[in-house]
Amino acid sequence: MTATQTRSSVDERLKVPRDVRVSTIKGSRFRRNRIATIGMVAAFVLAAIPLLFVIGNVVVKGLPVVTTKFLVSDIPNNAAATELSSDCDTLRKYDPTAEGDDAAPVEKPQPGMGRAVVGTLITTALAALFAIPLGILAAIYLNEYGKQSRLARFIRFMTDVMTGVPSIVMGIFIYELWIVRFGFPRSALAASLALACLMLPIVVRSSEEMLKLVPNTLREASAGLGSRTWKTTLKVVLPAALPGLVSGSMLAVARAAGETAPVLFTIGAINKVAAAKTITGQSTTLSLQIYNMITNGGKLSPQMAWGAAFTLIAIVLILTTIARTVSARFVAR
Amino acid sequence: MNPMTDEETPVPQPAPTQFSDLAHETAEDHPAPVAGTTVFDVTDLSVLYSGFRAVKDVNIDITEHEITAFIGPSGCGKTTVLRCFNRMNDLIEGAAVEGSLKYHGVDLYEKDVNPVEVRRRIGMVFQKPNPFPKSIFENVAYGPKLAGIKKKSELDEIVEKALRGAAIWDEVKDRLNKSGLGLSGGQQQRLCIARALAVNPEVILMDEPCSALDPIATGRIEDLMEEIKQDYTIIIVTHNMQQAARVSDRCAFFTTEVNPDSDQRTGTLVEFDATEKMFSNPSDERTENYVTGRFG
Repeated sequence: MTATQTRSSVDERLKVPRDVRVSTIKGSRFRRNRIATIGMVAAFVLAAIPLLFVIGNVVVKGLPVVTTKFLVSDIPNNAAATELSSDCDTLRKYDPTAEGDDAAPVEKPQPGMGRAVVGTLITTALAALFAIPLGILAAIYLNEYGKQSRLARFIRFMTDVMTGVPSIVMGIFIYELWIVRFGFPRSALAASLALACLMLPIVVRSSEEMLKLVPNTLREASAGLGSRTWKTTLKVVLPAALPGLVSGSMLAVARAAGETAPVLFTIGAINKVAAAKTITGQSTTLSLQIYNMITNGGKLSPQMAWGAAFTLIAIVLILTTIARTVSARFVAR
Repeated sequence: MNPMTDEETPVPQPAPTQFSDLAHETAEDHPAPVAGTTVFDVTDLSVLYSGFRAVKDVNIDITEHEITAFIGPSGCGKTTVLRCFNRMNDLIEGAAVEGSLKYHGVDLYEKDVNPVEVRRRIGMVFQKPNPFPKSIFENVAYGPKLAGIKKKSELDEIVEKALRGAAIWDEVKDRLNKSGLGLSGGQQQRLCIARALAVNPEVILMDEPCSALDPIATGRIEDLMEEIKQDYTIIIVTHNMQQAARVSDRCAFFTTEVNPDSDQRTGTLVEFDATEKMFSNPSDERTENYVTGRFG
């Protein structure tokens, strides 16, 4: 029969010597394996190069600038910064308190990023306060209640669309609604609303994915003990998903902390901000100052920008580390 | 109790069980050896998933303080039927139930029955041990806390009693604050049994509770079932016929029927009787084939 013949010829082709030291694998397979391995390593290195370059550059150029004074001092206005750059080679050499040098007037401001640091922390914190609880609640609705219902599917779709909306659109939206329509002033609060709009879809989608990972058997076990869906969610699902929820939210926070566009026309962007009005008054952020410093030219400004960039990365890193550590303490074991 | 001797002992029947007599008229070969109070009275139960009939024609009485086993090949609907008893199928989208499933005379699928209340009375142990990612204490205290018990001393008492009841107290008493996930599979399953016992249910549903366990752990669970049946009524789904023969008082055999027109498979109850009879002298040929290992 043909069937038996085919089978026996296949058997013949699969026949291997009993001695396992004898290689039956064709040389081309080794070669292809090698090429694939090299290709993957190369792809990884290529992907890592820009990242390492960026981090290295920021550290090298930003770290020397960042001092305690830099973090708390007022931001010089553009004119001052340009003026400063004409008589100072480096930022570290610049010292307005140096009495001996007559060239530097005493009233010249000590350049720093104090307001921007405060502004970044406040806008990001407010945005997180608005977006994270709302986003997690929305994710709970989608995953625990709505599931595949029409409303849930609609919200999921709209969230996906929102994730793709350019961040500047969020800025225009809040500018139009909050500042033009409602007549509120530009403020840290307005900027944080724009950032919250940006964060919300990220928080919703990442949180929903994390809730999905919680095994259904746990929900069933809880329901089997006479627990309502809300209690099950609160006592079993959320604790089990907590580390993932924190990671997802921190990604959104990091994204918001670095955004410039939504802040651009909602925050006011003034350099000296009255301390009493940090939330409802005009403010500025590190990312905005980086933009300002680079665009206004001058010798000193780029250094200030690198310092701000380093500070920004450090803030995000510190926030993430704190959030991870705290959530690790509550990790469901 | 020996279900074979039921003819000599007239048993007081509560009102609801009269329906069971009706139910058994359809299955002419069911002597229905009811020896205790009927807890569940299942009549012509069908389960549908999105309109597709997964199980049909289930007529069973569950008797108090007995272990009732559901056996049958894979896909015959044993678990599906079991999950009707505490309305766990409600959690599956598109699942619907037809027929009646009465618990002490009240149909569990009546409009004003709250599934949460059902599940508080009818506990469940699942196929895979599924302790919460919490401490051993918190696992067991979860149900009582839901029921509103907050005092530490009362919770301590309940947790100890439940863990003793599930024969795991001695193994975990020194590490109640350690994670329940750190226990072995068999210990985890006994923890889950303790968790179910802690809310003091009347019935415990067990869905293949030993399928993920080794023979020693299985033996311990079986001994445990034997011990706790004085206080509880147990329904167990098992793939293991020896287990059904060892532990159960009554046995229900399910099988799958293939609809020749649509090629759909629907589970159905073949025979329900005293375990002894099911394994020695079953009325239906299909049961005999299955228990003797010639099928399935």
